[in-house]
Amino acid sequence: MSRRLLFYLVLTWALLGNVFAQSGAELRFSLHAEPKTFNPLLASDEASETVRYLTGGVLIRVNRKTQAFEPALATSWKVLDGGRRISFELRQGVSFSDGTPFSAEDVAFTMRALMDPGLHSPVGDAFRPAGGSVSTAVSGTHSITVSFPSPVAGLERLFDQLAIESSKSPQKEKAVLGPFYLAEYQAGSYVLLRRNPYYWKRDDQGRPLPYLDSIRLDTQQSRETEMLRFRRGDIHLINNLDPEMFERLAAFSSASARDAGPSLESEMMWFNQVPTSPLPAYKKAWFGSQNFRRAISEAINRGDIVRVVYRGHGSPAVGPFSPANRIWFNQSLKPHPFDPQAALRRLNQDGFRKDGDTLKDREGHPVEFSLITNAGNKTRERIAAMVQQDLLQLGIRLNVVTLDFASLIERISQSFDYEACLLGLVNVDLDPDGEMNVWLSSADQHIWNPNQKSPATPWEAEIDRLMQGQAKAIDPKVRKADFDRVQEIVWEQAPCLYLVTKDALTAISPSVQNADPGVIWPQAFWNAERLRLATAGAGSEK
Amino acid sequence: MKRLRQIALAILVAIFVISLLADFIAPASYATQFRDSLNLGSSWKFPLGTDDLGRDRFSRLLYGTRVSLSLGPAAALLSTLIAAVIGGTAGYIGGSAEQLAMSATDLFLSLPWFFLLLTARAMLPLNAGAWSSVIITFALLGLLGWPATARVACAGAKSLRQSDFILQARASGCHGLRLVMVHVVPNLAPVLLAQFWTLIPIYIIAEANLGILGLGVSEPLPSWGNLLRELGDYTVIMANPWSLAPAVLLLLVMSCFQIALSRMENSV
Repeated sequence: MSRRLLFYLVLTWALLGNVFAQSGAELRFSLHAEPKTFNPLLASDEASETVRYLTGGVLIRVNRKTQAFEPALATSWKVLDGGRRISFELRQGVSFSDGTPFSAEDVAFTMRALMDPGLHSPVGDAFRPAGGSVSTAVSGTHSITVSFPSPVAGLERLFDQLAIESSKSPQKEKAVLGPFYLAEYQAGSYVLLRRNPYYWKRDDQGRPLPYLDSIRLDTQQSRETEMLRFRRGDIHLINNLDPEMFERLAAFSSASARDAGPSLESEMMWFNQVPTSPLPAYKKAWFGSQNFRRAISEAINRGDIVRVVYRGHGSPAVGPFSPANRIWFNQSLKPHPFDPQAALRRLNQDGFRKDGDTLKDREGHPVEFSLITNAGNKTRERIAAMVQQDLLQLGIRLNVVTLDFASLIERISQSFDYEACLLGLVNVDLDPDGEMNVWLSSADQHIWNPNQKSPATPWEAEIDRLMQGQAKAIDPKVRKADFDRVQEIVWEQAPCLYLVTKDALTAISPSVQNADPGVIWPQAFWNAERLRLATAGAGSEK
Repeated sequence: MKRLRQIALAILVAIFVISLLADFIAPASYATQFRDSLNLGSSWKFPLGTDDLGRDRFSRLLYGTRVSLSLGPAAALLSTLIAAVIGGTAGYIGGSAEQLAMSATDLFLSLPWFFLLLTARAMLPLNAGAWSSVIITFALLGLLGWPATARVACAGAKSLRQSDFILQARASGCHGLRLVMVHVVPNLAPVLLAQFWTLIPIYIIAEANLGILGLGVSEPLPSWGNLLRELGDYTVIMANPWSLAPAVLLLLVMSCFQIALSRMENSV
C-alpha cells in the first residue's frame, strides 16, 4: 500500500512539475554565438542584434511583413529640406523599463552618443554616409528634429536600427523601451530577457504587450544540436534553416516547418575583371566580354539547382534584389533563361568554337577556368558541382576549388588571384542606398573590379550616375526608376550571375501562437511582443 | 594467425584490383548527375543507390577507392623515403649532423601540420584539374608527414652504427657507400617497411578528414574523404543504409591493414 502511495506521489509531483514548466510562458530559442555587446549602439553581430531587436525601442519600425514604415516611439514624422532634416513627434506617457520617463532629451542623448567618434558605432556609420556631423534640436518635451549635413535617401529606415537610450536612468543602456529587458546573462550559456512592465504597446483589445513573460536565448553553435533540441521541445523556434534541415523537419512535423517564400538571400558567382590581376590576357578578355558572361549564365540550369540543391525551397535568382524586396525589386525582370544553344550562339559571336568536346577561343585556348568557394559549405559545393556539369555540356571545363574562408577573402579582395568565385549575398538593407558600397565603381565591395579610379566601362559609369542620382533624389518614384534601370543594366551585363534566391525557412513549434514568419530578419520572431505559448503545448511534437 | 593475415592481405588485394578495374565495372561515370534520380535506394540500375546530386554511388565508391588506395600508399612511400634519407643519414653519421636533423624534425613535429596543410593547399594554383588536385593533396600529405618516421629511422640507424657487426665490418675494411648499402640499408629496411605500412591508413584517414572539411579531393572526383561527408546527414543513412558502404569499406581496409601490420611488426 505504501509503495502505491509513493508511486502516486511521485507521479503527481512529475505531472505538476511538467505543468509548472509549461506555464511560465517562456519562449526559448538559440543564439548561434555569444552576443559581443549589449550596448545597442555597438551591435553588429547577429546575436547582439537579436538582443537589440527584442529589447530596444525605436522611433520608426519597418514592418517585416508589409515593409512599410510604422510609428513606434514616434507617433509621426516629417522629412524636410529634401532629406536633410527629419522632425519627430514622440509618443507621450512612455517609460523605460526601470520606470524613467521617456522624452525628446533621450533621443538627443542617443544621437550624441551615436555620433561620438570615440564610440565607433556601426549603427552610427549608416547615419554619416557623406561624413559631417548630425545635429539635433529639441523643440519640446516630445518634439525633436534631427539634421544631416547632406540629403539622405530613405532617411526613415535608419531609425529602425536605432534603439533609444535613457539620458537620466541610473541603469544607463540597460534601461530599454522595447518589449523585453535584459534580466540575466550567463556567459557561454544563456541570455534571459524578461517582459518590460512599462512597454507602451497594447493589443487590439487594449491589453498590454508583450504576452510572453520571458525569452530565454541559449547559446548553441551547432545547428544539428539546435534541431535535436527543437524536436525534443526544448526550444520553440529556429530562424533561417537550410533546405536540408527544413526537409528533415517537415518529414518529422510538417506543422513546424514554415516556408515564407523568397528571402533576401541569394547565391551568386562572378568573374574576376580586375585589370591588374595575375590572369593571362586571354582569360581577362573572356571575363570582360558581356557575351561570355551571359553565355555562362544561360548555360546554368537554375531550375535544377533549386530542385536538387534547395529541394524546391528557392527560386531562380534575377538580380541583386529578390522579389522579397517588395518596393525596390524590378518586377519586369525575369531570371536569365536556361538555353545552352543560345549560350553557344553568344560564344560563337565572340569567336569561340567547339573542337570535339572542348570549347576553344579564337586563339585556340581551351576554355577552362576555376571557381572558388568557401570550404565546408555543402550547399555551395553542390551548386558548384551542378554548374560544372552544366558547363561541360558546352565543352567548358570548370575546376571547383574549395578554400578556407580567410584564403578566399584574401584572393578576392587583395591579391585578386582567382578566376571566378561563388558566394552568397544577404541584403540586410531593403533600400538601394545601402548598396552604394557595392554598385559604385569606386567602392571596395564592387566585387568584380573594386576601387576603380574611373569607371572601367560605359555601363559601370551609367550605374555610378544612376546610383548617385537615386541617393540625391528624394522623390521615391525617381529613385525607383533609377534603381530599376540599375537592375536592368546588371541583368544585361551580368557582372554577377545571380543563381538562386533561397526561401525564408523557419521552424516554429505549434505551441507558439500568433507566429507569422516573414522573409526579412528576424523572420520567426519579428512580432515577438505578440507571440504567446499555448498552455498545454510543449515545444514541439513528440 | 598466419591464415588471418593471408585473408587480410587477400581482401586488400581484391579491393585494390576491383578498384583498378573501375573503368570496366562501374555502370556510370562518377561525375554523371542523374538529376531525376536523387537519393535513390539500391536498384539494378544503381546498386548502391544515388547521392543527392543523382550520381551513382557504386561507381563513385569504385573510383573513390582507387583514388584513396592508390595515392595513400604513394604518399606513404614518399614520406618513408624522405624520412629514410634524413633520419637514416643523421642517425648513421651522428654528432652535430644528427643534432641538426633531429632539431629540424622536432620543429616539423611541433608545427600544427593540419593548418600547415590547409595553408599549403590554399597557396597552390587554382587551375589544377580534379586529378591534379588529388595528386597534390596526397603529395602534400607525403611531403609533410615524414618527421615521426625520420625519428624512428634515426634511432634505428644510430643503433646500427653502434652495433658489433658494423664495427666488425669497418675493421674488415668495409667503408663508405658499400658499408651503407650492404650492411645498414638491409638492416634498416624492416623498420622502414613497418613505418610505410603504418603511414598508409594514416594518410587515407587524413585525406578523409580533409574531405570532411571540403578541402580534400576536388569535385567531381570521388575519394573516401568526400564520400564520407555524406554521412553527416543521418536522414540519408536512414533512408538508404547503402550510403554507409564507404565507411564499411574504410573500416574493412583499415582492419586488414592492422592485421597485416601487427604480423609484420611481430616479425620485425
